[in-house]
Amino acid sequence: MQYTILCYHDEKVVCAWSKAEDDAVMARLHQVHEKLAANGKLGPVVRLLPTTTATTLRKDREPPLVIDGPFAETKEQLLGFYVVNCETLEEATDIARELGRANPGGCYEIRPIALFMDAGAAK
Amino acid sequence: MTDTQWIGNVLMAARPQAMAALLRHFRDLETAEEAFQEASLRALRAWPKNGPPRDAAAWLIMVGRNAAIDAIRRQSRTTPLPPEDLISDTGDAESEQAERYDASHYRDDILRLLFVCCHPELPATQQIALALRIVSGLSVAQIARAFLVSEAAMEQRITRAKRRIAAASVPFETPGAVERSERLAAVAGVIYLLFNEGYTSSVAEDRAPAALCEEAIRLARLVLGLFPAEPEIMGLAALMMLQHARAPARFDAEGRVVLLEAQDRARWSKPLIAEGLALVEKAMRHRRPGAYQVQAAIAAEHARAADAAATDWSMIERLYGVLEHMQPSPVVTLNRAVAVSKARGAAEALDMIAPLAKSLDGYFYFHGARGAFLMELGRADDARHAFDRAIALANTPAEAAYIRERLDAISQPAGRRV
Repeated sequence: MQYTILCYHDEKVVCAWSKAEDDAVMARLHQVHEKLAANGKLGPVVRLLPTTTATTLRKDREPPLVIDGPFAETKEQLLGFYVVNCETLEEATDIARELGRANPGGCYEIRPIALFMDAGAAK
Repeated sequence: MTDTQWIGNVLMAARPQAMAALLRHFRDLETAEEAFQEASLRALRAWPKNGPPRDAAAWLIMVGRNAAIDAIRRQSRTTPLPPEDLISDTGDAESEQAERYDASHYRDDILRLLFVCCHPELPATQQIALALRIVSGLSVAQIARAFLVSEAAMEQRITRAKRRIAAASVPFETPGAVERSERLAAVAGVIYLLFNEGYTSSVAEDRAPAALCEEAIRLARLVLGLFPAEPEIMGLAALMMLQHARAPARFDAEGRVVLLEAQDRARWSKPLIAEGLALVEKAMRHRRPGAYQVQAAIAAEHARAADAAATDWSMIERLYGVLEHMQPSPVVTLNRAVAVSKARGAAEALDMIAPLAKSLDGYFYFHGARGAFLMELGRADDARHAFDRAIALANTPAEAAYIRERLDAISQPAGRRV
């Protein structure tokens, strides 16, 4: 089964990290990534730019309205996600736990994937 | 991360919102600051045990408010107690109500807090210092280091600024649309001033001024989060990100200036460029051009070019033309002339800047650019004269060293220019 691990965190806190702190978190995460990749568990990994760069297309009217900003104003924002290959939910949760130890604060949402399409154009 | 570190980060992130709500509540900067200070101390004691609260800003506002009211009550034992409804004991219903109230006001609260620091009665240097102290929460020592002045001098500057603010009138009613956009423009101006303070003074050996650039970007992200559909705020944020992205390549190992065209572009910060370009693109969609957006578009042209030779100088020249139209100034014309020299040669550029000689005679970059144009035209003696003037006007040792290198190049045989 493929799962996504969605990474939520307070963007203001993450943006307040110094470059050194950010680098340190990324270095710790990379150790986990490498281990997962070596075991053939790791699919695409995405870190998103801040929500201030987001644009939302609202489809509740015709034609749809393009507005600035993320879809919802929440205390924690979706900052990135992983795709992982796991036998069980238990295993995916363990991976999230391990990522969590490398990355202070925030939370992870583990969601099974219904459709995974890789047309290969994005890199 | 240690307890102190992560709590420090959470406090820093929650600070603008909490300080802004406390300022609305107490209508006094000093009291608001003390209340936040006290709340932060309590957070350092409570959070390692209990973990961070779900909403750090709301926690700090409630605790800070109660602590300050207690303090006021203690101080004024001889005067009557404040009305009971001000002495809230964090009852659940009440705190929820307060939280909702704060959430609905936080946008104008933060804008007011920023605006107070950008009060037009304060000189620019005091505006920046106060914003760093009050909104960003940098220590006086940190600010002093960034400005390269003594701690005592900075302490005095901030105290003076606070005294002026206390004496001046600060509008606490909710601003109307026109007033809001005026405040926003004033705040944007000070954020850019703060950025430039860090950008122009940063030298390779000293990381402190560069911290000003990072702080300016953080404030711009904060304002952009509050006003997500303001193209000029997108432009301001993008402009600073695209310029700061080059920071790792702006100086060589010896601390000498490396010009844009000679910079190692692999060292430019890719995430900052990506964020800046995304914001420029979003801003353009609004079709409400402004000076920050145009400057960001110019920076974006440089960021997009794979190397110096790939730069689209005629596009940059056109953009400077637009900027000249919006904000006529000899400095903008000078910049357009530099673009013209790249696009069509130094002769035309030299003619363009001739009328600027009087107004820009005391400006380092004018003589530096003029020297470069003259050199390109093979007029070595005139170039030397212009470079001598530039050195005399250099603001930093790095600038002077750069021009001196150019001077050395004149005395070397042609074709061996550095």
